[in-house]
Amino acid sequence: MHRRGGGAGAIAKKKLAEAKYKERGTVLAEDQLAQMSKQLDMFKTNLEEFASKHKQEIRKNPEFRVQFQDMCATIGVDPLASGKGFWSEMLGVGDFYYELGVQIIEVCLALKHRNGGLITLEELHQQVLKGRGKFAQEVSQDDLLRAIKKLKVLGSGFGIIPVGGTYLIQSVPAELNMDHTVVLQLAEKKGYVTVSEIKSSLKWEVERAKQILEHLLKEGMAWLDTQAAGEPQYWLPALFTELYSQEITPEEAKEAIP
Amino acid sequence: MDRFSWTSGLLELGETLVLQQRGVRLYDGEEKVKFDSGVLLLSTHRLIWRDQKNHECCIAIPLSQVVFIEEQAAGIGKSAKIVAHLHPASSNKEPGPFQNSKYSYIKLSFKEHGQIEFFRRFSEEITQRRWENMPAGQTMQVNKDPQAGRIRAVGIVGIERKLEEKRKETDKNISEAFEDLSKLMEKAKEMVELSKSIANKIKEKQGDITEDETIRFKSYLLSMGIANPVTRETHGSGTHYHMQLAKQLAGMLQAPLEERGGIMSLTEVYCLVNRARGLELLSPEDLVNACKMLEPLKLPLRLRIFDSGVMVIELQSHNEEEMVASALETVSEKGSLTADEFAKLVGMSVLLAKERLLLAEKMGHLCRDDSVEGLRFYPNLFLTQS
Repeated sequence: MHRRGGGAGAIAKKKLAEAKYKERGTVLAEDQLAQMSKQLDMFKTNLEEFASKHKQEIRKNPEFRVQFQDMCATIGVDPLASGKGFWSEMLGVGDFYYELGVQIIEVCLALKHRNGGLITLEELHQQVLKGRGKFAQEVSQDDLLRAIKKLKVLGSGFGIIPVGGTYLIQSVPAELNMDHTVVLQLAEKKGYVTVSEIKSSLKWEVERAKQILEHLLKEGMAWLDTQAAGEPQYWLPALFTELYSQEITPEEAKEAIP
Repeated sequence: MDRFSWTSGLLELGETLVLQQRGVRLYDGEEKVKFDSGVLLLSTHRLIWRDQKNHECCIAIPLSQVVFIEEQAAGIGKSAKIVAHLHPASSNKEPGPFQNSKYSYIKLSFKEHGQIEFFRRFSEEITQRRWENMPAGQTMQVNKDPQAGRIRAVGIVGIERKLEEKRKETDKNISEAFEDLSKLMEKAKEMVELSKSIANKIKEKQGDITEDETIRFKSYLLSMGIANPVTRETHGSGTHYHMQLAKQLAGMLQAPLEERGGIMSLTEVYCLVNRARGLELLSPEDLVNACKMLEPLKLPLRLRIFDSGVMVIELQSHNEEEMVASALETVSEKGSLTADEFAKLVGMSVLLAKERLLLAEKMGHLCRDDSVEGLRFYPNLFLTQS
């Protein structure tokens, strides 16, 4: 990084460069920087005005939050990049999502021993809402997904896996490639999957199916039921709560969940 | 059943799924209809029924159509049911499977149980009327038909009118907010363009930019939330803000680190720091960028990234390699250990316990036994007994 040099020679050289640029009508970087500084101050004022009128709308309305986020993404701005950003400071969006991040981490940690670090977006949503209490701000599934995307950068393996009509949230640094994902998607329908089903739906050989299933078992994301009629079934504990409403009464379900 | 409309079954923007239940059959009043085996979905806005065999066959009714619901207990050979009494269909309803019906109620028959929970949540949604706060991209069918088919308390009309006014008001607020937001975004877009131009010029060295000015530029990008297009060795993405933050973290984390054996994962740090702050929280990126400056600023903590991608903060005085030696002793004493077992014994998080065992393996002190029962570590006898 070279600094502006002192000395008559350097000054003369610089004046020459400036003159050349001005001749061609191009603007220098430092001039543009000064311009940006001014525009930034103006923008800050505009944002303050917007905040004074509509801050509540963003707080209370999940749909409006989605519009806001989408518009930011379209123009190339990330309102959640930093707590020190204008968006975060003036609209309060930052604190909302960063706190949500903390709550998501805590829920995932609490349930990891049971589901191996995989949880459906629905269950995560329910548990987070429970933790937040009755009077807290409304949180939508879209909010959760955005918070999770931000958590990825912390390196502890947060990921989002699309399955069926929803998502599985991964919160451990286990390596899950395309093969694992596709088996998870297959298992989502009934909560479990068998080697035969993988063979017929995905047209894989038995070895490949077994390898993928064993990896999921090792990671604690799948449980093996060798007593099932027919062949062994590989169940995903992450999907258990979705099946509760059918087989267990709500009272029993409440007791089972920590 | 003439209140139902065909639908794609996809949730609208702002609409959230509340509960779903398989094995539900529909009745038009007292009569069975061909929708005999489906998944019933309750959202904040609608009741949706989708055929289990043919997913394309999907119908829905807005929750605003429901006057009240009641339970019908199961009997011998009969499943439990929920009876939903409905307002007359509105004239602008989307086409559905039935043009007309002589009944003003439908029954939902729960052949695979689940009616208790469903009734509870259904009641909640009808009471809370969340669809009014979250307009979901379709017009609400508020029914103002004075000729109600069945029992309808007079009070409901008045309440509906008030809610209609409130909805119009909310809609107006939202469209105004949306307009203002669009104008704001236009201005933000100009800033993005300008920053790209400056970044290009910096790359092509059109003019003299001092180091201070580069840092200033980075702080402008930070304020606007624009990704830094210029990568520099000096300070990386860091700005003065991140340097300050790094110093604060060094002060804040000293004691917690000592309590936890000198090492913490970045997710733990994120939670700890933000819980302590309460307000003006750090974004995950803020934390990572600040931690990257710990070593350059010669602070007593450092950021370490393991092969797996797991990121931790360690005290400078902490030596993970030394900890490996004691880990080896622990594993030898017990013969073999999994990450879970080791974590419990030593009082560490499973995440960090696993990293320590993996490091010990990398250094050649431990061997792994990878089976469906899990990953187990043994002392490396190949090394010691060769």
